[in-house]
Amino acid sequence: MPSVPVYKGRFGVAEAERLLWRAGFGPRRGEARRVASLGLEGAVRWLTHPGAERFTGRPPVDEKGRGLAPADAYGHDHLWWLDRMVRTNRPLVERMTLVWHDWFATSNAGVGSQKLMLAQNRMLRKFALGNFRYLLHAVTADPAMLIWLSGVDNRKESPNENYARELMELFTLGEGNGYSERDVREQARALTGFRNEWREGRGHVNFRFDRERHDDGIKTVFGKRGRYDWRDSCDLCLRHPRHARFFVEKLWSYFIPTPPNARTRAGLEALYRRGYDVRPVLQAILKHPALYNGPRMVKPPIVLNAGLLRALGRRVDTRSWVWLGEGAGQRLFYPPSVAGWDDERWLDTATFRARWAMANEALSSVTVEQPKRGPAPKVPHQPAALVEAAYRTLAKPSVRPQSRAAITKFVKRALSDADADWEKDAYPLLVMNAARQLIAVSPDYQAA
Amino acid sequence: MGCCDEHTRSEALRRGIALAGNGLPAIEPGMPTPAGTGLDRRSFLSRSLGVALSVYGGAALLPRALEVGIEDAMAAAGPNGKVLVSVFLDGGADSLSMLFPGEDARYRKLRPRLALSPTAASVRFSEDPRLWWHPALAPLAALHAEGKVTVLPGIGYTDANQSHFTSRHFWEVGATDERLQSGWMGRYLDRYGRGDNPLQGLSLDWSLQPSLATKAKPVASIDGPDRFDFWTRGVWGSVESRMIAAIGGLGSVAARGDAALDQATRAARQSHLLYRQLAPFRKKESGFGSPVAYPQSDDSFPRRLAGLAAMLAAGLPLRCVALTAPGAYDTHDSQPNELDEGLEVTAASLFAFQRDLEARGLADRVVTLVWSEFGRRPEENGSNGTDHGAAGIAFVMGTRASGHMVGELPDLSRLDRDGNLRPNSDFRALYRSLIEGWLGGDAAAVLPGAKAFRPIPILR
Repeated sequence: MPSVPVYKGRFGVAEAERLLWRAGFGPRRGEARRVASLGLEGAVRWLTHPGAERFTGRPPVDEKGRGLAPADAYGHDHLWWLDRMVRTNRPLVERMTLVWHDWFATSNAGVGSQKLMLAQNRMLRKFALGNFRYLLHAVTADPAMLIWLSGVDNRKESPNENYARELMELFTLGEGNGYSERDVREQARALTGFRNEWREGRGHVNFRFDRERHDDGIKTVFGKRGRYDWRDSCDLCLRHPRHARFFVEKLWSYFIPTPPNARTRAGLEALYRRGYDVRPVLQAILKHPALYNGPRMVKPPIVLNAGLLRALGRRVDTRSWVWLGEGAGQRLFYPPSVAGWDDERWLDTATFRARWAMANEALSSVTVEQPKRGPAPKVPHQPAALVEAAYRTLAKPSVRPQSRAAITKFVKRALSDADADWEKDAYPLLVMNAARQLIAVSPDYQAA
Repeated sequence: MGCCDEHTRSEALRRGIALAGNGLPAIEPGMPTPAGTGLDRRSFLSRSLGVALSVYGGAALLPRALEVGIEDAMAAAGPNGKVLVSVFLDGGADSLSMLFPGEDARYRKLRPRLALSPTAASVRFSEDPRLWWHPALAPLAALHAEGKVTVLPGIGYTDANQSHFTSRHFWEVGATDERLQSGWMGRYLDRYGRGDNPLQGLSLDWSLQPSLATKAKPVASIDGPDRFDFWTRGVWGSVESRMIAAIGGLGSVAARGDAALDQATRAARQSHLLYRQLAPFRKKESGFGSPVAYPQSDDSFPRRLAGLAAMLAAGLPLRCVALTAPGAYDTHDSQPNELDEGLEVTAASLFAFQRDLEARGLADRVVTLVWSEFGRRPEENGSNGTDHGAAGIAFVMGTRASGHMVGELPDLSRLDRDGNLRPNSDFRALYRSLIEGWLGGDAAAVLPGAKAFRPIPILR
């Protein structure tokens, strides 16, 4: 069996930091050092075998200090999941739940029920590191998905192609990759039979499979004939000769920006083909040299948001994260389409400004200001010391020297503008706030 | 609810964001006016942009080259610079409802529930008496009667791809090529645009419209010209000016071939440039001095068009602009209501925009293209909707539009093997005509294989 290469270089704080951003939501203060001390093997084992779920720190609240109502209150779904990302002891489980949310992208804009979206989210988390076949079956019969992609409108008498098309195009094979328009139509027939009712005041209820609505005739899919049903429909895709490659390349793309070479891909496919288990493929990807030696990846907005809060040790305590996430291009439970978020294009002038506002809100918990009475907060007046302190606020991220030099240049110039005595006291506070803000929006902090 | 309700999502998102934009100052009231601006919008509008920028920024903040670049771009655009506005109907709009063959027996047979019927109030399409305008498109019908709308009732491409994402991608990149990474307007700007003017490709949205994606030249994405600032808690005065200048500094650290760093660096650099360009619009007062009324809507589309007209009136050097229309056009179910809602705000806003441009004396500079990734299947489905189709409809609006239909309603008795409409005009021919006849340039240098598509007379 072809083997997948393993990273043999130094696994220090910088490497651990990158792993924590890719497989989780960035390090808490001191966490990169702790993970580095585990070594690569130990770190990947910790991520992929995390043990029972625990949460660190105080539970989330809204801006009035009340607990969240994720199934009911506007935006609390987003806050609820963001909090898990911030406080979990199982970062890879949350990160993989996010991967599946993108892979099987379902939006509450079409579902119209936070309750059903949360149920889907629990299901995705249950299979986070598990078996793709079971996951695909669960997704196909998931109530939120059945509404989102018209599964409950897909009846024997009037087939609806929506889910059938995306099952192949987006979930298992790739666009036009080994199937025809006829396969779409035949798969739609195989997938008929789900239904539910809508009740005033309760919404969508009573999801079930109804034999009467199912087309039990012979279908021809990928050239094979049979009385296929929805489980067969999924399994036909999984057994399709092009599926394993699609799967490992797509999973890889969430962690490493450059595609795997032929040898690595063959090795990953072999791991996956043993029984559709995700964990062994993940372990191989997280230990691959390309993760540590290769180029950076832009942090998705929600990862940046959770990472800022983890670095600052701040809990979820404001609903602002909802619109800030929206502006930056990632509102949880509302992916832009069934194809998920576009990981190639997170940053432009509009989303840069939204990231600015996001960093500004995150840093509001540590803003230094001159009080009306009493002594001012202690801030270094010396440029180098001030820059060092500003980086420390954000858990000392690894940055390129040129990037740090640009921040230092700003600090020097801004401090030197102070002439009057009151300015000499006040400016270091302003400069500290500005330096932290610039670090948090710097290109180095956007990509890990 | 139904299919591809992913498309109602963009609507919901936009609404949420419109509120979000208003919510920004609410986090901490008292966003300061940048020092030294000293110009209200009225006085700004009476001057050239270069002067206004000098007054606002001062040489210390504004790299001289950029200032000169914008002034040059302004001068080059001059009072006659041509502007193309692209409006996208997201989801695959149903051409057979927008201009419907109300008395066609085949149409009624294919659409027993959804066929529209002409009423006393219906407006007949003057160029083809078999067709009527959808009631919500009455504003477009009025502009058409004035000769300001060119209709392409059967636009598409052969062997249409029925995936939203792929077909939309084809239209965005201007070729049936899945690997192309730059948009068709983006490639136009890469070839004919400037290295110092992000406003030349303006996405009026919270993210970049892919048709504007460039490889090298800067383009911009903003929600509205009045909403682009870098307010920061606990930072003001000279420290704030230095901080904003430092965004440009961070945006000039070399990315050394790392694509992710490059993306982040470019975003910082271009945001800094854009901040300078939009200085005059960061004012407390609301409104853009619009001489006409725009529709009231939860959707930001009318506000964005009003802002666009104001930016053009201010002389900002725009060339290609892209935005998404309100509405959910992927009508697999509940088609009548969804289509009505979207088309109504879209058409009324476009009408107001056209009248705004005319009132400001800008009408001869602007052409607006309205398009969708495909039409819908002529035969309705069983869920009170229609599935993905092939040929669809597009409009070219403006005083310089020819006003004469290109192609015709595709024959309902000659559907393709998937039961879809066959196209009789091609989107690449449309793009070629817009490049050669409007923006100015060599279409072959922008559109792969452009020579295969003969230009079509969409403009006068």
